[in-house]
Amino acid sequence: MLDVLDGDFFRRWLSTAATAVDREADRLTDLDSAIGDADHGANLRRGFTAVTEALAGSDATAPGALLALAGRQLISKVGGASGPLYGTLLRTAGKALGDAGEVSREELAQALRAGVDAVAKLGGGAPGDKTMLDALVPAVEALPASFDAARDAAGKGAEATIPLQARKGRASYLGERSIGHQDPGATSSALLIAALAESAENEKNAEKAKNAKNAKNAGGAA
Amino acid sequence: MSDGAKQVGVVLVSHSAAVAASVAELAAGLAGGAGAAPVAPAGGTEDGDLGTSAELIARAARSVDRGAGVAVLVDLGSAVLTVKALLAEGDELPDGARLVDAPFVEGAVAAVVTASAGADLDAVETAAREAYGYRKE
Repeated sequence: MLDVLDGDFFRRWLSTAATAVDREADRLTDLDSAIGDADHGANLRRGFTAVTEALAGSDATAPGALLALAGRQLISKVGGASGPLYGTLLRTAGKALGDAGEVSREELAQALRAGVDAVAKLGGGAPGDKTMLDALVPAVEALPASFDAARDAAGKGAEATIPLQARKGRASYLGERSIGHQDPGATSSALLIAALAESAENEKNAEKAKNAKNAKNAGGAA
Repeated sequence: MSDGAKQVGVVLVSHSAAVAASVAELAAGLAGGAGAAPVAPAGGTEDGDLGTSAELIARAARSVDRGAGVAVLVDLGSAVLTVKALLAEGDELPDGARLVDAPFVEGAVAAVVTASAGADLDAVETAAREAYGYRKE
């Protein structure tokens, strides 16, 4: 189990998220063309490309500073409602983590909870409205248990938006016609949480390999 | 009244560059041209597509800031959310910038006419908000 998350972990999370957004951009845009304005994939790709560039140009190491920097880029560059919403999520979480050099999974869960609350306040939405909150709220509730639990909860939450009628954003103008489509924002939120779980898994494997190598070296020296 | 000759600035944020620019032209024209308060459009994305650009909004707000505050009017969706997120950020928009909850066209005319008369930011905001009450039948 990963107990301590440092700046490198957060950089890997954001870079894994950028890769996932790039890979899934067409799918996100397809979902958005059913009930939105068909720009979610392209918008998020533009935003996460800016995040990647900003992180490469920054020597920040504190998890909070890295999340705040990423959030700022998303607000500036996305061009759709997901920009200020995801930007607020990451920036608020980043502020909650302060300038600690390492944080625990518990602390990350609390910080993301603050971020999700800020998203709900900004957009005026609640779970059940067929928005990103339908994936994010169960994810942050499950995160104290494990990264995998958070990923599963976000995925289930995104799928559970299919039968819902949209009550926020452009999709809400469609009324009952929004039923039967998975929400693009909940889908990209699930990607973001899946990237978090993937980064944790990779880190765990890297640690195992390192420990095995150390054990071997220690054995050789003895 | 605001201190001295400083006028409140007005920023008009729309998903469409053409809508933002046209409403700005309309509001400035109805305010009387010369002596009209500074008004700047922030429409669409930086690439010229439909959408919202935080950078265009920040640039527009700085361009109309005369030190008496800036009233920011928005159309919908990401325009509303982006301005709120920028205001929460603290240092992206000039001091005294404020999101004004008003109908876009009628509110813009009310805001620019009121600001041009030298009213302070509170009065500009009140005039723009009252535009919600203009009945048309």
